[in-house]
Amino acid sequence: MESLRYLLSRFLQSLFALLCIITITFFLARLAPGGPFLDEKAVPEHLIEQMKRNYGFDKPLPVQYGLYLGRLVQGDLGPSLGNKGFTVNEVIAEGFPVSLMLGVSGLVIALFIGIPVGVVAAAKRNTAVDYFLMAFTMLGICLPTFVIAPLLGEIFALKLGWFDVAMWENSSAWFLGAATLGLYYSAYIARLTRGSMLDVLSQDFIRTARAKGVAPATVLFKHAFRGGITPVVAYLGPALAGLLGGSFVVETVFGLPGLGQHFIKAATNRDYWLINGTVTVFAVLILVMNFLVDVLQGWLDPRTRGHK
Amino acid sequence: MSPQPPTTPQPDSGQDLLTGVTTATAEKGSSLGRDAWYRLRKNHLAMASLWFFIAVVLLCFFLPLVPAVPDPNVTHPDLQSLPAFSTATSMEGVEVYYLLGSDHLGRDIFSRMLYGGRVSLAVGFLATIVSLTIGVVYGAVSGFTGGRTDAVMMRVVDILYALPFMIIVIILTTYFGNKLWLLFVCIGAVEWLTMSRIVRGQVRSLKRQEFIDAARSLGLSNWHIILRHLIPNTVGPVIIYTTLTVPAVMRLEAILSFLGLGVQPPDASWGSLIKEGADRMASDPGLLVYPALIFGMTLFSLNFLGDGLRDALDPKSSKD
Repeated sequence: MESLRYLLSRFLQSLFALLCIITITFFLARLAPGGPFLDEKAVPEHLIEQMKRNYGFDKPLPVQYGLYLGRLVQGDLGPSLGNKGFTVNEVIAEGFPVSLMLGVSGLVIALFIGIPVGVVAAAKRNTAVDYFLMAFTMLGICLPTFVIAPLLGEIFALKLGWFDVAMWENSSAWFLGAATLGLYYSAYIARLTRGSMLDVLSQDFIRTARAKGVAPATVLFKHAFRGGITPVVAYLGPALAGLLGGSFVVETVFGLPGLGQHFIKAATNRDYWLINGTVTVFAVLILVMNFLVDVLQGWLDPRTRGHK
Repeated sequence: MSPQPPTTPQPDSGQDLLTGVTTATAEKGSSLGRDAWYRLRKNHLAMASLWFFIAVVLLCFFLPLVPAVPDPNVTHPDLQSLPAFSTATSMEGVEVYYLLGSDHLGRDIFSRMLYGGRVSLAVGFLATIVSLTIGVVYGAVSGFTGGRTDAVMMRVVDILYALPFMIIVIILTTYFGNKLWLLFVCIGAVEWLTMSRIVRGQVRSLKRQEFIDAARSLGLSNWHIILRHLIPNTVGPVIIYTTLTVPAVMRLEAILSFLGLGVQPPDASWGSLIKEGADRMASDPGLLVYPALIFGMTLFSLNFLGDGLRDALDPKSSKD
């Protein structure tokens, strides 16, 4: 009952956060200077007026906001001003799976590399292994994605020919993209894991377990791991948000047809509905992730349940 | 890092200008600063990083003042993609020396890196100062006030955390097409979230201590207590996190420039130089390698410095 009420309140908070995000982006995009109908050629004033009327931009902004929310509730994200003849729903349905795929596989790669590296570094702390691993992760943090991405492309795709360089369909280029993203975040996760594992390993119950003669591997994985992993779980939400943003860079480098290109174009051309639609979809994803993370955290560490 | 046995401080060995200054200021206040500085000096990696970073900053900001450094935007269409250390005479009969070679327009790569470094570093500092100010004040007020105000303020931070940050920054770029420094003030204004959480945590544990009770019983105002007694005591974690914010912001600027949203050509930042280099990687690797190297090493040094400062200022959290 208690936990049910907690989940419900977290859910309502997420909804409220979503509303805030939608509102912020709506007004942020609309109040930006310039407009969607500017062209290099001079467009006659009356045509612009007519287009504005067509899209309902002539009404006061709060009214437009209300109308937008109304359509949003029905799942209609509106027409795309930059991609003539397409609705925002169609544009997102096309690009979002690519970005999501990149982000999620990047996250999986990051977890599969980062957590073991962090655990090993913590178990062997202050040894050559530890120093080597930590220096290596530092390298991963400092070399930006957009340096790693072309390098990986050059080595594995052009020189070795293991992967295709670009294109999405029936192609392996996405793997290099996901690896680029994953390597960067695995460095963060490794450092996070190492730090929290060290915290846990210095606690009394670990000393007790060791004193009782529990095998070191058992102490590490059965006693310490569950506590040591909690900060990593908490980091999953921000990580996914970062991965989705980072996928914009990777998409640019490898020429993948994700939402990144559409979104950058939408922002520079003031494609209002596409901007809002993309932010809404990303925000929903991040909030769902944060919600799951909270639930998972409560399961991992019962002490966090009561606080909220 | 280096497993040296703790020895007594030897103030006369290796006392240089900077040490002298630090010790002098530390003597007036607590000994925390001096202890930290002493511990930091033991950490060779962090010290090397510190000197490297200072050297990069000085080079980028002062070397371009020397007249011998060529203008970064002067093009020599006939002197394209020359290798490093080459001297060439252009069509106009001007003799040009390229320390690190020239790019596809005959511009001097070294000079472009210096000027690009100015932009990248300035952005890093500017945004960090903004985020520092907002984060520290917000976190301190929230932690000090406590109760319902604190809950609301932290919920706001939670909501902002869920913002797809990159996307918001991209939208913001549309506002500040040419006035880039405004954009980075905005980045600073979005980057303060973690800082505020750190400061809040610190303040919450500090405010129960006796010296705050003492300050209150002396009749000091809340603002006075926050500004003069609580915030100065959070300096350790704040310095550490600041050192880590600078590279984060520089990365962000580089990403934006890479996506074509940051610095506009012909001006350069390290990010836009890396982008140009990545486009011509196969034909002219130097274009990518030099900027990527200096950028990576600067971030490297800042991160190591941050780690070193954490060990120095907060011995409890150190590895040993």
